[in-house]
Amino acid sequence: MEFSVNHPIIFVMVAVIILAVLGQSVFFLIRAIKRAKEKGMEMAKIKSTIISAAIFTIAPAISILVGVVALSKSLGIALPWLRLSVIGSLSYESIAAERALEALGLGTDITITAPEAFVTVAWVMTLGILIGLILTPILTKKIQSGMKTLEKKDKRWREIFQDAMFMGMISAFLGFVFCDVTLAFKGDFTGFIPVLVFFASAIVMAVLGILSKKNGFKWLKDYALPISLIVGMALAIPITSWLG
Amino acid sequence: MKRERRQLSYLDSVHRDGRVWGFSILGIIILFPTLLCIIFNVLPNFTALGKGLIAVLPMYWAVGLVEIFTYVPMLGAGGAYLSFVTGNISNLKLPCALDAMEKAGVKATTEEGEIISTIAIAVSSIVTTIIIIIGVCAIVPLTPVLNSPVLEPAFKQLIPALFGGLGVVFVSKNVKLAIVPCALMLILFIAIPALNSGTVGIMVPVSVVITIIVARIMYKKGII
Repeated sequence: MEFSVNHPIIFVMVAVIILAVLGQSVFFLIRAIKRAKEKGMEMAKIKSTIISAAIFTIAPAISILVGVVALSKSLGIALPWLRLSVIGSLSYESIAAERALEALGLGTDITITAPEAFVTVAWVMTLGILIGLILTPILTKKIQSGMKTLEKKDKRWREIFQDAMFMGMISAFLGFVFCDVTLAFKGDFTGFIPVLVFFASAIVMAVLGILSKKNGFKWLKDYALPISLIVGMALAIPITSWLG
Repeated sequence: MKRERRQLSYLDSVHRDGRVWGFSILGIIILFPTLLCIIFNVLPNFTALGKGLIAVLPMYWAVGLVEIFTYVPMLGAGGAYLSFVTGNISNLKLPCALDAMEKAGVKATTEEGEIISTIAIAVSSIVTTIIIIIGVCAIVPLTPVLNSPVLEPAFKQLIPALFGGLGVVFVSKNVKLAIVPCALMLILFIAIPALNSGTVGIMVPVSVVITIIVARIMYKKGII
């Protein structure tokens, strides 16, 4: 069969895998909603979780789409579509594709024409991300059981432990936001762009949080994070043109 | 007693189905490059494959292993099985689950938390997949918009915009616990040039472990 990065057969295979992944999400969603009903959880709460999760996802999903477009120059559309829909994250997939293309003596801006090069890149990208897929089914139950044991021993510590994990993750990203501020000593103020975006988003979130406690504005609570995300991203445009 | 048995059976079924789905998807993921080789009657360039794998495997497998121990307790069982298949955990799935649990007023350690987290992550995965499908179908008219230099800074600043909002909620709820890890990560990221967007993924587990140790000390001393 004559090869092309956008050959219909590749699209068909990718579509089948993505449908399977979609099937898994729908399966777990239905299962969780059923369980929520059994437990007598408020359906209004479930509905609001669904709506706000969907709205919150739009902007990050579009940024993932930007990654598909970036990788499509060399790899066609189907492979980046698969890699960024299943397991992949933009930072990982871009690096994996670049390393594989480098090893082949190719660049990310030239479309692959040789099937040998394409399958090599596909294998590197696939094998690189397999660890999570192999170990999650094996380890998840064990890790969760460990957390349950911790809870049985000391419930209060278990809750603090969970908060500490969340806080640890947020602290790492807070540090990351500030990682380039020292460039200012060299007269380059671009390192302050993420810092200003971070604070803009934080201020919007704080204001929305206060407003949502007032009567008539309670609905804002459901949309506070997506609004702060979008406002932060939108403000990145003038901030970048100011400091960039 | 009956309640406990039902709860156990829900979680057990999540683990059972999560394993079945996980291993099935693992199978078809590996099948994809295998079928490419068969259909186009070609083998990979093994020299380039080896070089490519040496460049990415040690780092990504090590990070992947640590990520499982870091993210599984935070995501819950259902959320973990979904997130490790659909990816984009720290920049989408976990913030989405955290926000959902916070708004629903449920603790991640309860079954209600498990349910809300699973629903949020499942919806997020479905919406992401659908948006990418729409985008791929309309890639020709969308490419100039997505590649537009005007919008580029907005997409580039997704993480700061996301964690600004999320950070203010969690820091305000855990001020005492936040001080040491936030200060330490700020110092480390500012002082060490090697810590940047490429290495933040490695620093998440490091920061999580440090914060747990700090939390333990504070808990023992009765500060939190």
